[in-house]
Amino acid sequence: MSSLAISKTAPTAAPAMLSIQDLNSWYAESKVLHGMTFDVREGELLTLIGRNGAGKTTTLRSIMGIVRKRAGSIVFSGRELVGKRTYEIARLGIGYCPEERAIFSSLSVRENLFLPPVLREGGLSDEALYETFPNLRARGGSQGTKLSGGEQQMLAIARILRTGSRLLLLDEPSEGLAPVVVKEIGEIIKRLKAQGFTIVLVEQNLRFARQVADRHVVVENGAVVDILTNDELAADMGRVKTYLGV
Amino acid sequence: MFEGITSQLLFGQVLLGLINGSFYAMLSMGLAIIFGLMNVVNFTHGAQYMLGAFVAWLLLNFLGLGYWPSLVIAPLVVAVFGMVMERFLLRPLQNLDHLYGLLATYAVALIVEGLVRYQYGSTGLPYDNPIPGGINLGFMFLPYYRLWVVVFSIVTCVATWMLIEHTKLGAYLRAANEKPQIVEAFGINVPKMMTLTYGFGVGLAALSGVLAAPIYQVSPSMGSSLMIVVFAVVVIGGMGSIVGAAVTGYMLGVVEGLTKVFYPEAASVVIFLFMIVSLYLRPAGLFASKESV
Amino acid sequence: MPRLLLLAIIAAAALAAPFYFYSVTLMTIMCFVVFACSFNLLLGYTGLLCFGHAMFFGGAAYVTGYLLKTTSLSTELAVLAGGAAAGVLGALIGFLTMKRQGIQFAMITLAFSQFIYFVFLQAPFTGGEDGMQAIPRNALFGVVDITSNLTFYYVVLAITALCVFVYYRVVHSPYGEVLKAVRDNQPRVESLGLDPEKIKLVAFIISAAMAGIAGGMKATVYQFATLTDASWPISGEVILMTLLGGLGTLTGPVFGAAIIILLNDYLAGFGEWALVSQGVIFLVVIVFFRRGFVGELAAFKRYLARRSARHGTAAAPGAKTAEARG
Repeated sequence: MSSLAISKTAPTAAPAMLSIQDLNSWYAESKVLHGMTFDVREGELLTLIGRNGAGKTTTLRSIMGIVRKRAGSIVFSGRELVGKRTYEIARLGIGYCPEERAIFSSLSVRENLFLPPVLREGGLSDEALYETFPNLRARGGSQGTKLSGGEQQMLAIARILRTGSRLLLLDEPSEGLAPVVVKEIGEIIKRLKAQGFTIVLVEQNLRFARQVADRHVVVENGAVVDILTNDELAADMGRVKTYLGV
Repeated sequence: MFEGITSQLLFGQVLLGLINGSFYAMLSMGLAIIFGLMNVVNFTHGAQYMLGAFVAWLLLNFLGLGYWPSLVIAPLVVAVFGMVMERFLLRPLQNLDHLYGLLATYAVALIVEGLVRYQYGSTGLPYDNPIPGGINLGFMFLPYYRLWVVVFSIVTCVATWMLIEHTKLGAYLRAANEKPQIVEAFGINVPKMMTLTYGFGVGLAALSGVLAAPIYQVSPSMGSSLMIVVFAVVVIGGMGSIVGAAVTGYMLGVVEGLTKVFYPEAASVVIFLFMIVSLYLRPAGLFASKESV
Repeated sequence: MPRLLLLAIIAAAALAAPFYFYSVTLMTIMCFVVFACSFNLLLGYTGLLCFGHAMFFGGAAYVTGYLLKTTSLSTELAVLAGGAAAGVLGALIGFLTMKRQGIQFAMITLAFSQFIYFVFLQAPFTGGEDGMQAIPRNALFGVVDITSNLTFYYVVLAITALCVFVYYRVVHSPYGEVLKAVRDNQPRVESLGLDPEKIKLVAFIISAAMAGIAGGMKATVYQFATLTDASWPISGEVILMTLLGGLGTLTGPVFGAAIIILLNDYLAGFGEWALVSQGVIFLVVIVFFRRGFVGELAAFKRYLARRSARHGTAAAPGAKTAEARG
């Protein structure tokens, strides 16, 4: 499996920003990841695709150290993340947008937006942020969880853009949203990529993934079973569909 | 039935109730803050309140430092004690069933109370009133110090409320109450925040202790029975609400004072009766938010 | 077979004990064994931390004492009535508090017990701070004289054995399995169509009644009932006994109660050190030995078994002694 990953990543020019080698993770006593291995290159948009329960979300949570019990290696910009606490990992410049969006109900929209502290230079300015997400300015005073699902998703993405993080981990931003909103979020993600963010996107929605990604990592039973470029995916949809069981 | 009740008695008891309420409010606020972030019911709260009064007494008798410097120093000393306790006792227990954290705070309370009692005996130690005198309001005599306690505690509670509801620091605290892992994933040192928050809650308890020293005598057991009443107050208000805890504190203090006027036999249990009724009518608490059930 | 043998040895030791040790101490230990068993049923097997169990213990002591003093009811019925009264109190309190989850339950029950304490302090029949004195030991079944401590020891032993047996049966019944399921995975129990609140309420009532029987026994052993038995330090003590013996272990409460009672006896002359030492034991158990005495022994036994499996039979004798003690 690991040889597969290396063969897929080695030839290209851009260096790996995030390199995951033989990652194992546990929730309490049950092992969820079994030797995940893949690289994320600077400036690329990579998706993790696979069935429910394959271990995609756990991979993101392991990178962030939210899943504490892990073995193997996660190297981000030359630093080992395994063994570090969540806040230390975040401070190295990784922004995390969880699946459940995690908008705080006891905070206003504005407080939600400005909650994550600026960790380093290079984040979006407040003006740029409101330009990208105009709704959030208008609704700044209302309770965070009073927003619609789509607006909450925008807020969850928006708040990690100010911090100066260069790597964004987005967990299923399209989940449970109307097609028109999914399209809007797709546009935003493309724009973020154009601005130079490196993005790891967990996605079940293949159509959505195809529109935005450079490469796709297929996850099954807590391990990487295939890695395809976007062109390979387009050429051979059948292969991926068998993985996903659709 | 109420013929024998003079306005002097009535207002006197209401004021006394407000003073008790001041302590209930400050103590239950500290408890709610600690519980909200750490999910620990702090059974050391009463002992830490007692330590506040006690450190003030020690400062006076061994260093000659009077009430005013003690009002600042004693809470800081006890808060440092609390932070050490959080860091080296509660933090290692954080990932276990919360009952271990609770029992650990109870154990510390036993040790602290036992040691103080061993060293200084169970009888109360007097502490001089720093603002003697008072004012005659016509219907009653109002001692200045009691007025000071009520005003000071209201200011403290309002300031704490402002800090939590209207500052960035407060936003971190509120967010971490809901989803500590996510807040940590934003690069915020949540473990350190827990230590500081525990220190803050403990400091509030100790501050109440210093305030109490000139009114009640300083004794090892001054905190434990008070703490149980404060538990009832917090149950009535609902664990989820910090403001609710404070408001309920004042309210029940006054209710208790009024009971002393009209039916003195029930004064010691009226708060518990309130708790029973409120558990029946509002199982989640008067000021409960959705999550706190 | 060794199990039966073990039981026989324990029975023989219990029957002979009052000829070698002070019978009142032994009876005190037995009262607290029952008390700790009732508590373990609640915390160890159901996961409910009640911080006011003394209200059942002390409350039943008053009820039993009052009945013995004012009526000619036989002793065993008076103790039983104490247990029933505690069960009723438990039903009332449980009904009001079951809605509050987990850790809040501890503070609510503590507040309740303080309320009950104040009621006892002011109620005329309890004798207030002086306590209820000169409680007679009415004849057993109305005929057998049990006024001497030696005879009474066997009555206490019989009641204790009966309570421990009931406790054992409850834990090992299908209902006991459901209790453990509620403790470990409440949503799962709900998904099976059971009502966890009701299950916990029943456990709470059984536990309260059993604590009441313990309290009633204690009132007849000492022939007085005091406020102390209903006060929160006693609630703390029974938690410590259970934790020290081993949460959710069958024999844990026996060891926990015996150790703490003997320690209290020993430290009685040292004033405040009893309090301090309890706190220290609490901390040591919480930080280092969360499985408690019996739990750690069992773990040690498993460790030895694993080791002997690896190294042949060298360590087998050690494993045997651990088994005998566990």
